[in-house]
Amino acid sequence: MGSGENKVVLHGMWASPYVKRVELALKIKGIPFEYVEENLRNKSPQLLKYNPVQKKVPVLVHNGKPVCESLVILEYLDEVWSTGPQLLPKEPYQRANFRFWAAYIQQLLESIFKLFNADKEAHEKPLQEVHEKLRNLEDGVKEFYFPEGSPNHISAENLGILDVMLVSVLGPFRAKEEAFSVKILDPGKNPLIFSWIQALIELPLVKEVVPPHDKMVGVLQFLKQSGFKF
Amino acid sequence: MDNEVKLHGFWPSPFVYRVIWALKLKGIEYDYIEEDLANKSELLLRYNPVYEKVPVLVHAGKPISESLVILEYIEEVWPHNPLLPKDPYERSVARFWINFATDKGRSAVRSLFWGGGDGKKEAAEQMFDLLKIIEEQALGDKKFFGGNSINMVDLIFAWFACWIQPMEQLVGIKVLEPSRLPSLHAWVKNFKEEPIIKENLPDPERLLAYYTRLTSNLVSKPT
Repeated sequence: MGSGENKVVLHGMWASPYVKRVELALKIKGIPFEYVEENLRNKSPQLLKYNPVQKKVPVLVHNGKPVCESLVILEYLDEVWSTGPQLLPKEPYQRANFRFWAAYIQQLLESIFKLFNADKEAHEKPLQEVHEKLRNLEDGVKEFYFPEGSPNHISAENLGILDVMLVSVLGPFRAKEEAFSVKILDPGKNPLIFSWIQALIELPLVKEVVPPHDKMVGVLQFLKQSGFKF
Repeated sequence: MDNEVKLHGFWPSPFVYRVIWALKLKGIEYDYIEEDLANKSELLLRYNPVYEKVPVLVHAGKPISESLVILEYIEEVWPHNPLLPKDPYERSVARFWINFATDKGRSAVRSLFWGGGDGKKEAAEQMFDLLKIIEEQALGDKKFFGGNSINMVDLIFAWFACWIQPMEQLVGIKVLEPSRLPSLHAWVKNFKEEPIIKENLPDPERLLAYYTRLTSNLVSKPT
């Protein structure tokens, strides 16, 4: 297999949750890749060429052909690298279940963004929405993903799409809480999700992907102050 | 019970129609249950506790919610008459456009249909820009988004075939102008003439009446 055979390049931005999904998925599947950090205020000509419609990251370029949209990329990775660790289970009903909850974790991120966009005085309603989604997520995944009621089975060898999605959204949860002075994840209210994300962020593989705490707090605060719309 | 397929739906919903078309294109027998969204059945609430929405597909007693998840499931369980390309790269392109329509389409519709009076013209232009991208980059010079035959991308974009018209009438702005979007306009015609699609389309008069009722309810509420 020559060096051009399976060339994978990921265009990303270090703080983007969407990019983190792809980064973690590539590492889980053991796919070697080159990473290109994009300056979103000065996008590379390559990025604009590879994603002319959205002009966004992440873009995965596989042997010169671009794949865009994080969840689309994850499906693509599983289909092309179909031996070895899989992000989705094999059985169709289970796949549907995982896809449903992966999409729901994206909904959770959107609620967190709504919270970030709200003024400090108007935090209550968006925060309630976040907590409601966390509750739904906890109830929803409990039975099929944590039949023993705890994340004991979580290890680097069996991570899948739900772990990838959760890391992308809640990996830096403490940084998000600090930057916005809110409590997003309460171990009393969401014991399972709390212990799940704790188990995940302990893994060396995941540690490589989650942005450093202080850097994350800094960028979130900077963006908020600049009137950025999350 | 065995392999019975049931679909819980609501007749004006484009999301429900996607599933109806997928089932019919693959020749899958199913029972249809019309839900009254103002008075949802116990079953629906049990099958979809998270969103309490339609469509819900129930296969051998097991419920699946969210139209895109349902479509992927149908494609995997009944792979004949495929609705997605075989090649992973082509599949990723199809999924990209499905995602694009879902993401951008939803906010464009919201702005145009539910947005305030003054913003409507701008919302219509934004919708047009979106449709232009879709026409030039997703459709190109193909007959259908799926090429010579309909695929999942066509089913997702079908919103522009049947549901944009009542909204254009209500808002009083034509967005899908034949002169400005000739290929997309041709696609609408071709899509609606496809045998299985033709037999399974919502009644345009009924749709208009439904959306008229919806918007008049909105107007009567204080903002």
